[in-house]
Amino acid sequence: MKPAPFTYHDPTTADEAVALLATHEDAKILAGGQSLMPMLNMRFVVPDDVIDLNRIDGIAGIRDAGESIEIGAMTRQRDLMRDDVIATKAPIIPAALHWVGHFQTRNRGTIGGSLCHLDPAAELPCLMALYDAELTVQGPDGARKIPFAEWPLAYMIPSIGPDELLTGVSVPHWGGNTGHGFVEFSRRHGDFAIVAAAALLTVDAGKITRAAISIGGADVRPIRLTEAETALVGATPDAGTFKAAAEIARGIEAMSDAYVSSAYRQRLAATLVERALAAAASNLNGSA
Amino acid sequence: MADTRDIEMTVNGESHAANVETRTSLGDFLRHGLGLTGTHMGCEHGVCGACTVMVDGEAVRSCLMLAVQANGHEVTTVEGLAEDDGTMSALQEAFWKHHGLQCGFCTPGMLTSLTAFLRDNPDPSERDVREAISGNICRCTGYQGIVDAALDVAKTMQKGS
Amino acid sequence: MAVRYLGAEVQRMEDPRLLTGHGRYVDDITMEGMLHAAFLRAPMAHAKIRSIDPSRALALPGVHRVITHADLGAKYSHRMNQLYPAPVIEQNKTQYPLAKDEVCYVGEAVAVVVADSRAIAEDALALIDVDYEALPAVVNIMTALEDDAPLAHADTTSNLMGKMRSSFGDIEDSFAKADHVFSAAFMQHRGGCHSMETRGVIARDDPWGDGLTLWTSAQSPYLIRRALATWLDESEERVRVIAPDVGGGFGPKAGFYPEEVAISLAARIMKRPVKWIEDRREHFISTTTQRDQHWDLEVACTAEGKILGLRGTVTHENGAYIPYGILLPNSSLTPLPGAYSIPAIDVGVDIIFTNTVPNSPVRGAGRPCGIYAVERMVQVVSRELGIDPAEVRRRNYVRADQMPYETGAKLRGGAPCIYDSGDYEALLEKVLDLSDYHSFKERQAAARAEGRYLGIGVSSCIEDTGMGPYEGTTVRVESSGKVAVRTGAASQGQGHQTMISMLVAENLGVKPEDILFESADTAKFSHGIGTIGSRVAANVGPSAHDAASQVREKALKLAAEVLEASEADLDIEDGVVRVNGAPDLSITLGELAVQLTPMSAMRVPTGFDPVLEATSFDGSSGSPIACGSNVAEVEVDPGTGEVKVLRYSVAHDCGVMINPMVVHGQIVGGVVHGIGNALFERMIYDDQGQPLTMNYGEYLLPLASEMPRVDVTHMETPSPLNSLGVKGAGEGGTIPAAAAVVAAIENALTEFGVEIDYYPVDPQYLTELIDAGSAQAAE
Ligand SMILES: Cc1cc2nc3c(=O)[nH]c(=O)nc-3n(C[C@@H](O)[C@H](O)[C@H](O)COP(=O)(O)OP(=O)(O)OC[C@H]3O[C@@H](n4cnc5c(N)ncnc54)[C@H](O)[C@@H]3O)c2cc1C
Ligand code: FES
Ligand code: FES
Repeated sequence: MKPAPFTYHDPTTADEAVALLATHEDAKILAGGQSLMPMLNMRFVVPDDVIDLNRIDGIAGIRDAGESIEIGAMTRQRDLMRDDVIATKAPIIPAALHWVGHFQTRNRGTIGGSLCHLDPAAELPCLMALYDAELTVQGPDGARKIPFAEWPLAYMIPSIGPDELLTGVSVPHWGGNTGHGFVEFSRRHGDFAIVAAAALLTVDAGKITRAAISIGGADVRPIRLTEAETALVGATPDAGTFKAAAEIARGIEAMSDAYVSSAYRQRLAATLVERALAAAASNLNGSA
Repeated sequence: MADTRDIEMTVNGESHAANVETRTSLGDFLRHGLGLTGTHMGCEHGVCGACTVMVDGEAVRSCLMLAVQANGHEVTTVEGLAEDDGTMSALQEAFWKHHGLQCGFCTPGMLTSLTAFLRDNPDPSERDVREAISGNICRCTGYQGIVDAALDVAKTMQKGS
Repeated sequence: MAVRYLGAEVQRMEDPRLLTGHGRYVDDITMEGMLHAAFLRAPMAHAKIRSIDPSRALALPGVHRVITHADLGAKYSHRMNQLYPAPVIEQNKTQYPLAKDEVCYVGEAVAVVVADSRAIAEDALALIDVDYEALPAVVNIMTALEDDAPLAHADTTSNLMGKMRSSFGDIEDSFAKADHVFSAAFMQHRGGCHSMETRGVIARDDPWGDGLTLWTSAQSPYLIRRALATWLDESEERVRVIAPDVGGGFGPKAGFYPEEVAISLAARIMKRPVKWIEDRREHFISTTTQRDQHWDLEVACTAEGKILGLRGTVTHENGAYIPYGILLPNSSLTPLPGAYSIPAIDVGVDIIFTNTVPNSPVRGAGRPCGIYAVERMVQVVSRELGIDPAEVRRRNYVRADQMPYETGAKLRGGAPCIYDSGDYEALLEKVLDLSDYHSFKERQAAARAEGRYLGIGVSSCIEDTGMGPYEGTTVRVESSGKVAVRTGAASQGQGHQTMISMLVAENLGVKPEDILFESADTAKFSHGIGTIGSRVAANVGPSAHDAASQVREKALKLAAEVLEASEADLDIEDGVVRVNGAPDLSITLGELAVQLTPMSAMRVPTGFDPVLEATSFDGSSGSPIACGSNVAEVEVDPGTGEVKVLRYSVAHDCGVMINPMVVHGQIVGGVVHGIGNALFERMIYDDQGQPLTMNYGEYLLPLASEMPRVDVTHMETPSPLNSLGVKGAGEGGTIPAAAAVVAAIENALTEFGVEIDYYPVDPQYLTELIDAGSAQAAE
């Protein structure tokens, strides 16, 4: 199981990488390699060129920008788990990363790689959907910004051109009395989720004032449960409220495959949304 | 013509220079390029963990990294865990004592993973250890001897500190 | 007095080497001029091969040869050997080393590329043009015998490979006088090998020198030597097979594979050593696996739950070829009364060809299936009659005072299956105590009050171990005093070196570190059988013990003459023979060895054969029957269908334990394999015979994070069948595990009336049963 031959490039700037993309038609970007390398080894992808981002300066790192957290595409999943800004301003990110693969894969895997790979069951895209995060890609004509809602085009296909590079993502900060909940169901620790649910709740004077719910793994892209979010605002954060949201989750469109039926995914979505909301309500005052 | 690169890396404290085909994985390079066959390839798709080595101190899958990506870095393999005089590390000793290996094929990856893990998490619970090695498959032992070995080392480290 | 090792927890001698990265597995071996091979494998489950054109591949720089069936010539144009011929095999289909004109499963070897590197060999695979004509494939064993089912082989008229039956006692009478008859039907699925080291072969052919040498990751080098020599029509003496360090075996590495032939021929054709290392994708599609068995059973019992008879049918999936005889269906039937005294049994098996990977035993072979079946029926009796599962078992066990107990079933060689010793009820009580079974109801109620669902399951098993006829050992003292110990038994991690060295050290009176152990090299020991079916300890244990004792006797006899002392006054310690009470009088074993191997024209002491050496083939005179009782405690989450095994307890009796630490490791590893079967491992094919689970993200092996701590306790009832009283321990953890786990899940979900008819039990299936149960309750 050895990769087919390719030509290897290791640019040191993003511009250089973009230029390489422009001149090499069948090139593949290599970030952490935790998804790409298995596919190269199995020859599921056989690019002529591999463009390695690991020697580029300036597209890794985490920056607190007040209203948002700016995360470079090449930031390792490990670093997201060890970062203080994230731990205080978006604790749901390390909570979810705990479920992403294993510590050895997180030592290499990047946030950008996960967002570009766009596995329907991946945790990071599910969180970016939750936050309405904004992605920045750089191409021959410069940078452009894409709201996450427009990022997934189809099954594992992000809205990025063959000559473009994801450079970063901006995660808005939820202030106030906010709680977060991330739960997923996978067969074994570190497996991709069968279904995952993420929730953010802000509560003021005993009533929910802001809510976001996203579900990963159920469909080809993360689903935002907007109907339930709307219903939650103004409600009291209690078991009955969460049960009602769960019933809405049961009605989502879900895919089926060789392993799991759509009905089971819907059932899981209901269970997990209820649990994610309960978890969020139980850690309010964290500043998710 | 095959795409090759001249690379240089430090492996277990010794520096090596070589010309490698760029598609060669770090694991294959260590095994067949440097003859360090202690690192094992069990799946070549990133799940079994047998190939785990430390790059700049962090445990990574050597089947999911190209040799050329380790250019200029420091690599530690299972051969580099014992002292120079051959004295086994506390973890290796504990694996021996707790019957943490049978066929020995998963062992190098278990040892490199747990060496890095215990350095960063000196006081883990059994659950922590089990999650830490969830990315290392062992078909023989049922994991119990491995978990006991790791906990034993942690306990000794706690006492010593 | 000599050091006692038998029964001591001895740290393994093989470990320091393996812990420091100095093992020697096949892929670690390299040799001058070695080439690398990759196999082109069938992409569809059933097809005719119209033509193969390798020209584009041959044009690739670095490619030396592409070999197909046609290139092997008339001398090598026949099918692989049947390793275990049996009369019930009606259609003896083995495969060609490289497919001739038909492929019958995805993964069947079609051609082999030999190149400068493995990567180049793989590059070439994509450039071989094969013209296939697709044929319909059969995958589902439940419909494979219907008239309009596709045929697994184009030239046959039925997918029935053969039928067999285990039948004893008066079954009609048992059912006629029963108070109750209950039935159950269920599917059992067992997965593949998944040793962490895949298979691999290096072949070197030196017609003017050593002949053909094979380094192969295998459990049975002698079987391979014979099969390969027979296939090549050459002398066994000219074929040497070496199993170096092997990274796990578990059954599928005990066979003889097409790749072993093809790589041997490739080396012969190329006149250079050739290496092939199976990659993990190949392992999924070309290493034999176990697969499906469907059981449909009826049990007859009294109102008190005493089982009178068991009857029914089994449909067994064989895969596309039959390299391994009927070991698997046979070993499914042999243990059928389980740990119970059941007067009559009548169960028949239909063995079915499908277009999937051929099957072979995997840890436990058919025993986990047979035991699961019996345990299921005991569970049904318990449930239907409302008797506690432990109590039903007590009422049915073969009692200690019935030993030796002849069940009526037959072992593989046709000998009667006789339980040699054991106290099954005492073993049950031990595991009930260990698992806090008696207080479980309180734990369960407390958890239920918190909305959690706990369940407990019991299962008991017997295991026929130590099948003969022998596994020999040679012990030889050399002039330095070091002791060469050789056996045919290959180790895949069981620690043979430690076990055998301990027995020799103890019996001969030498230090373990003075033993030079070598095994699994056909050039170094005359003949061996292999490491399968928990047979090694009960065979090589006695032979090592006996060979060492013989050497000891010879040494003492000679020392008595040299030291002019009485043999009764001599003792050997750390390789030195001393006279009790006269500490200055001594001679080393090395010095004695020199006397027995004199220089030319010198004399061998009168009355002695040369060489301080002995070989023994002492083994077990029958099949020692090990036994175990297990308790699994699980929690089921009805919200997701997830099953967590919280606790797992084992009481096991494998007779006298040579090294309890190693036995413990075998049991725990075996239990985890069994839990994997119960909950995780499933090799899925679609209805066209395409494998769908081809990587370790899709095929779920048990991980540390989901596995419970396993508590183990032992009884040591000596086997009367060998000199050490030992029984095998390699599979006893696996065999009863699925039954215990499945029973525990049902117990947790009693209020939903869940009855499981399939394993591995996946969460989706469980939620469907829970929802159906809730709906029914609501009506
Ligand atoms: C055993 C194992 C378990 C895993 N479990 C999980 C899990 O539970 N959940 C989960 O989410 N993931 C899981 N993963 C995958 C995760 O580890 C990867 O990190 C992630 O999917 C990809 O990130 P990467 O940085 O490794 O990207 P790569 O593998 O390097 O790249 C992935 C894809 O994205 C493209 N790409 C990468 N970066 C950019 C960029 N900046 N711009 C444009 N394109 C880019 C690449 O060309 C490639 O197509 C697992 C992996 C393994 C090996
Ligand atoms: S060989 Fe690298 S993870 Fe399995
Ligand atoms: S010891 Fe054999 S795989 Fe772990």
